[in-house]
Amino acid sequence: MQDAAAPLALPVPDLAAILPLLALSAAGLLALVADLFARGTTHEDELRGRPLLAFWIAVAGIVGTLLLIGRQATDLGRFGGRSFNGMFVVDGFGLFFDAIFLVGTLLVVLMTVEYARRERFHMGEYYFLLLMATAGMMLMAQSTNLVMIFLGLELLSIAVYVLAGFERGRQRSVEAALKYFLLGAFSTGFFLYGIALLYGATGSMDLAVIAERGGALRPGSPGGGLLLAGLVLLLVGFAFKVAVVPFHMWSPDVYEGAPTVVTAFMAAGVKAGGFAAFVRVFLGTFETHADLWGPLVALLAVATMLVGNLAAIAQSNLKRLLAYSSIAHAGYLLVALIAHNALGASSFLFYLLAYTFMTLGAFGVVIALGRRGEPSDRIEDLAGLGSRHPLLAAAMAVFMFSLAGIPPTAGFVGKFYIFSAAVDAGYAWLAVVMALASVISVYYYLKVTVAMYMWDAPATAGRPAPHGLLLAAVALAVLGVFQMGVYPGPLIDLASRSVGGIVGAGVTALP
Amino acid sequence: MAAPFPWLSLVLWLPAVGAALVLALPAQAHLAIRRVTLAVTLLGFAFSIPLFTLFRNGVAGMQFEERGDWIPAFGISYHVGIDGISLLLVLLTTLLLPMCVLASWTYITKRVKEFHILLLVLATGMIGVFAALDMFVFYVFWELMLIPMYFLIGIWGGRERIYASVKFFLYTFVGSLLMLVAILVFFFQYRALTGNVSYDLLDWYGVSLPAATQALLFLAFFLAFAIKVPMFPFHTWLPDAHVQAPTAGSVILAAVLLKMGTYGFVRFAMPLFPDATLRFLPWLLALSVIAIVYGAMVATVQPNVKKLVAYSSVSHLGFVTLGLFVLNAQGIQGGVLQMVNHGLSTGALFLLVGMLYERRHTYEIADFGGLARPMPVFATLFMIVTLSSIGLPGLNGFVGEFLVLIGAFRAHPGYAVPATAGVILAAVYMLWMYQRVMFNGVTREENRDVPDLDRRELAILVPIAVLIVWLGVYPKPFLDKIEPAVQTLVERMESAPGFAEAPSARPAALASPGRR
Repeated sequence: MQDAAAPLALPVPDLAAILPLLALSAAGLLALVADLFARGTTHEDELRGRPLLAFWIAVAGIVGTLLLIGRQATDLGRFGGRSFNGMFVVDGFGLFFDAIFLVGTLLVVLMTVEYARRERFHMGEYYFLLLMATAGMMLMAQSTNLVMIFLGLELLSIAVYVLAGFERGRQRSVEAALKYFLLGAFSTGFFLYGIALLYGATGSMDLAVIAERGGALRPGSPGGGLLLAGLVLLLVGFAFKVAVVPFHMWSPDVYEGAPTVVTAFMAAGVKAGGFAAFVRVFLGTFETHADLWGPLVALLAVATMLVGNLAAIAQSNLKRLLAYSSIAHAGYLLVALIAHNALGASSFLFYLLAYTFMTLGAFGVVIALGRRGEPSDRIEDLAGLGSRHPLLAAAMAVFMFSLAGIPPTAGFVGKFYIFSAAVDAGYAWLAVVMALASVISVYYYLKVTVAMYMWDAPATAGRPAPHGLLLAAVALAVLGVFQMGVYPGPLIDLASRSVGGIVGAGVTALP
Repeated sequence: MAAPFPWLSLVLWLPAVGAALVLALPAQAHLAIRRVTLAVTLLGFAFSIPLFTLFRNGVAGMQFEERGDWIPAFGISYHVGIDGISLLLVLLTTLLLPMCVLASWTYITKRVKEFHILLLVLATGMIGVFAALDMFVFYVFWELMLIPMYFLIGIWGGRERIYASVKFFLYTFVGSLLMLVAILVFFFQYRALTGNVSYDLLDWYGVSLPAATQALLFLAFFLAFAIKVPMFPFHTWLPDAHVQAPTAGSVILAAVLLKMGTYGFVRFAMPLFPDATLRFLPWLLALSVIAIVYGAMVATVQPNVKKLVAYSSVSHLGFVTLGLFVLNAQGIQGGVLQMVNHGLSTGALFLLVGMLYERRHTYEIADFGGLARPMPVFATLFMIVTLSSIGLPGLNGFVGEFLVLIGAFRAHPGYAVPATAGVILAAVYMLWMYQRVMFNGVTREENRDVPDLDRRELAILVPIAVLIVWLGVYPKPFLDKIEPAVQTLVERMESAPGFAEAPSARPAALASPGRR
């Protein structure tokens, strides 16, 4: 382990380690520039549903970054390890998260073309912001220094604040952006204060050093109180970001107000980014204190699962319903975190990927339903979709059953995985609570299928004719849901190999 | 050893392949869809006959076993196989499927394609439940059949179909998820005891958990199965689901889905948790007897034929669970046979009621009357099925109920006496219903010239009637199949530490398996 405090060591930037990040950022900047040069001529194309040059740059950037990550992941012996004075790490855990972010962003990008065409607004800087937000997430997932995590968090958040208000002309969108910004800034305050206290307790921002010096600090010992207070503040900061009850109030309003593509991105990507750092800090660094934060997080998890699911029942707006559903899913993910064992960490990765597929797929269908000027995001707008557009309805049904956790879908295997982790860690009662919460959730997921298949379509409802790229994104999500549900073996192996460096072994040290 | 021909997998996956075939057909080609589905289900039945003929009698353990890795990291494998009990239930399923397709020939007119796809997926799910020997595989199939059934009720059902389908789904799901947690707890207990990772049921049979753990896990399994059976007081979803479901849905629900609950007791809950079964025995027996009497009494006063048959199911399934929980060979044999009998006779009753509905578009008993005159063939078959349901000697219902009652009288006379009342009550509600529907004077003009059965309907009902008589007169071929499986279960229960001092167990009653 390098000495992070060595002041005069000239940093030798290990560019190979951050090559994926560089590639993605470069693609983002290119997309921005391409938009500058092409403005005017391409706007008409966009309205006709012909993707912009920036779109292709974004797709190429994401796919290229995925390939770079794949290369790093297959040769961790060469690329793995910490660099940049121990601030950045390349490990299986971070790379798995990166892959989840990139897959999510790719799906969102594919869905955007339809949205831009229909809602008639210019999406030039959009791709730039989206890619920068993704880069921020990747930074969060791979940072091993609290300041770097904060940097990633801000890169992500600022881009998303702008994205949420992207429909400048629509009041709801602007309101969502402001609300998100204010509460985001608020939670950032908690987060920073937590970092300061941890620094006070351990004298370092480096997660490995904090783990080393903080491991022995318990409440009562000097610095122990400070450490614990810092930990709780970090917990609050993360809880805001990933929308855990009782810090979830912002999310339904923001999700409803933001443009649907951005909502999809927030529900999948932003949440995943927050969780990446959450897991690295709490499992990787403070596993030693799991007996202290465990009960607290368990309380949050129970509250999140119950409140999220119960509130979702009452929703008539699909975006709000999915917002509450994503709150509930954050609760399920917390259960995996609480298990604080290898099974818990790997189930976390698996479930997050499954969640990305099913949630983004569901948002994709919501986008497909819309008509110009009309959001069409109420449950009634789904009525009769089973006969109006059988394929879209079948896809939506698959996502709903997967979210509910019914085989043979990704959601089922994911829940099974988390249940296993919880039971293995002696938290069978938490698995039971999660099971009961899932039963509640089935009620509103069924409501969606009821509307699609058992209600008659209103006479005014037409057949949705979404863009081919949107259908491709939905098809990709369906494929992912079934791949992970029917033949999950390889991915489970990958997930369990990826957490080797995280659980019970500090940040990077191998077991 | 050369791999034997995978008959079981063939029977299991054929309907799923059929579903893919139907998916490829154009939605408007109704006749082609019906014909393909019928052909697939008939083929499925044909392929399941070798399971019966190649099945070796008198051999304990599983046959037609197949095994392959699925998720090795968790010790999950695709492991299927059947013993005599599952054999009969698989056959019952494959036999009823073509009849369900025929029964829907004119009944289902909207979204024909989706209906048949769901029916075929449901078939794979049901057969999978009976064939699975890996707990994970079992659970996947158990949940898998929930979705098609939910849609069958919700899309093609009656006026209150949405309420009924959601209620059905939620009830079943509560029990299922708790069972899933229990399965996981068992898995980790198994790992702690043996050091191995395995979801294989046959491996799990080899370990015995501490009594306290058993009790908790048994309760989770019990809830899942009791809701499915349904045992009193978990039965309230059943009348709603039955009344609203289309005929094919009702038939499958009554004949096969309810058996999954009782099958679950025989295959999983009882052998995995023998101590807990003994501990809760008085409750289990009491709930069974309450179901018998309560179900029969509620059935008596129903003004709606379909609801009457639904409640009669509660009563009949009470006989099945009573037979299983008396824990002697006669009782369990009778219980298993009664599963098949109930599948045949209640399945047939729902088919008959569906045919009446297609003619008169009502289920109200008061709307019928005097139908025997315009429909003599229908009346005859209806009578045979009614008598079978009552348990008339010479027909199948008698054999099962008689064995159950013998077993019950030997072990627990206190429970057997009120259960016998159920037999009498069955005669009351069934015959009274028959009288009001088929005899009495014609009170409505529409009933005067209702058409009798056509050839399609005869093709559905006659095979069932033949089986009803066959099982009543000569049940030996079927009893021979299930005997080793029953014997294994009985021995397993007897070897449980608490068996001898269990409050009501009487070793003397376990002498020899009942034979006829």
